[in-house]
Amino acid sequence: MKKILSLLIFVSSLFFSGQSQADNLLMARTRLSFPEAMLKLQDSIHEQGYTVSRIQRVDIGLTKSGYRTDKYRVVFFGEAKLVKRLSNDYPQLIPYLPFKIAIFAEGEETLLIASNPHELTRNVYPELESTMQKVEKDMLAIFKSMRDDE
Amino acid sequence: MHRDFPALSHMLVFLFFISLPVFAEENGAALYEENCAVCHGNDGRGGVGVPLALPDFQYAVSDQFLERTIRKGRPGRVMPAFNNLDDAQVKAIVRHIRSWAPGKPIAHPSIKVKGDPVKGRALFAKNCAACHGSKGEGGKGTGVTFSRPRDLPIIAPALNNRGFLYAASDQMIKATLMNGREGTPMVSFLKQGLSEQDINDIVSFVRSFEKQTPVNVTHEPDRNKLASVYESPYDMKETIAALKRAIIGENFRIIRIQNLDSGLVDEAQEDTHKVIIYFCNFQLLNDALAVDPRVGLFLPCRVTVVEKDGKVLVYALNPKRLSYLFNNAELNKLCEGMSETYISIIEEATL
Ligand code: HEC
Ligand code: HEC
Repeated sequence: MKKILSLLIFVSSLFFSGQSQADNLLMARTRLSFPEAMLKLQDSIHEQGYTVSRIQRVDIGLTKSGYRTDKYRVVFFGEAKLVKRLSNDYPQLIPYLPFKIAIFAEGEETLLIASNPHELTRNVYPELESTMQKVEKDMLAIFKSMRDDE
Repeated sequence: MHRDFPALSHMLVFLFFISLPVFAEENGAALYEENCAVCHGNDGRGGVGVPLALPDFQYAVSDQFLERTIRKGRPGRVMPAFNNLDDAQVKAIVRHIRSWAPGKPIAHPSIKVKGDPVKGRALFAKNCAACHGSKGEGGKGTGVTFSRPRDLPIIAPALNNRGFLYAASDQMIKATLMNGREGTPMVSFLKQGLSEQDINDIVSFVRSFEKQTPVNVTHEPDRNKLASVYESPYDMKETIAALKRAIIGENFRIIRIQNLDSGLVDEAQEDTHKVIIYFCNFQLLNDALAVDPRVGLFLPCRVTVVEKDGKVLVYALNPKRLSYLFNNAELNKLCEGMSETYISIIEEATL
């Protein structure tokens, strides 16, 4: 009986293992056109207290090399003190800094994608929990603001 | 105390009933918009995901097919498993999807289709493999993505997929083959000249994919590793120069070299001991975008050189650490290649 019970618990833990994949890959679709969505994204990032450090125009490089593509950018952002602290004290996070959001046109609409930075540190650096929970909350707020586009 | 008790339980019963409608009326449209629209489009036209609004699709599938697809997704085929949604939420989403094609979906008696999988195999190779792959592994790429040129207007779903085989009944597969799906490359094979018996044989063959051992999405030992780090025998400047040579040697183009905190602090304040080298190969990038338009998250390629306590260290991200989030087996393969490229660039530069 005990065996069956623990098996059941094990199996259900496979199916209901807390965080779902969907929470770790943030995605949003907006009815805004690409240029409008770009502006709104930058506003949303500022509103959450971050600085946009750079915008990589992926589409330009592709087009110059002769490939066809719709508008595609990667927006880098961060907060100076946070990026400094994370990169000094947690060098394993360096390749993931500054944070970024990929944004691209799909027909008349625009899609946004980011990985949830909190996912990188969860269960690895418990002392970063509250810091990274805040980053997660801010990212979710940015994505929510992009979705609520009516 | 005794007196209060019945009052409390009345109160609870009352609370239970007023809260019932809240559970019953999960907002399907809002849940759909939050969880599905990004891939399937606000009105189910498709995008990174396949279309869901087509009448022929809706009539061929049962609510159970939709519910099971939402629950288990399609492992390795982008469509995620939504194990964070409860039953009421899943049902609300299904109701919302159904609102696009009013009418009753055909009922699928759980009757198994009886056919000959051996005959079915030959018919499959002839009629289906061109789009669905010789092993039923599905077409390459994602959904109907409008932003890039592609061969088929809609991707052919994987038929050997655990998630698909779990959700689809024999009768659903049969109905799809008999009727086709108007508005997609999937045509009626009855109209193509196959007999009902041929179709039964093909259904049996598709069902036999279940018996194959699934291609394992194993937990590779290094999947959880955040980054690779190498110590360079050279100083900062020499290391950057060596990396540039190695990057160009691997057929990449240097896009930009900058301090990690560039754009976040005043230029004069930048930390010159953390330097990012961004690089790209546009042909590889173009191929990668065809596999999954979301690969922008890995872009551009980069290594970061850090000087700390007299040591020079080179960091590269572990692409596999992110790729599993995408549930895309093709992308996993690309990331495998990307890992090797990173390693060979850094090893060459730091040897
Ligand atoms: C990350 C993108 C993505 C998200 C988010 C997503 N899907 Fe999908 N979905 C896909 C792709 C891609 C396929 C096709 C899989 C294949 O090719 O095998 C698919 C397939 C399906 C199918 C099967 C279609 C068919 O023709 O059999 C259904 C039903 C479905 N998705 C419903 C949903 C619902 C409902 C949600 C939200 C709860 C959702 N999807 C969220 C990408 C997505
Ligand atoms: C010309 C390309 C093409 C050929 C040939 C083709 N299919 Fe399809 N098939 C598709 C596409 C595209 C879809 C997705 C349609 C949609 O989005 O609703 C599809 C959908 C399906 C589905 C429904 C899958 C799902 O997840 O809902 C089944 C089952 C299927 N095909 C089986 C077959 C079989 C078996 C054959 C051979 C007899 C075949 N197809 C031949 C392109 C093709």
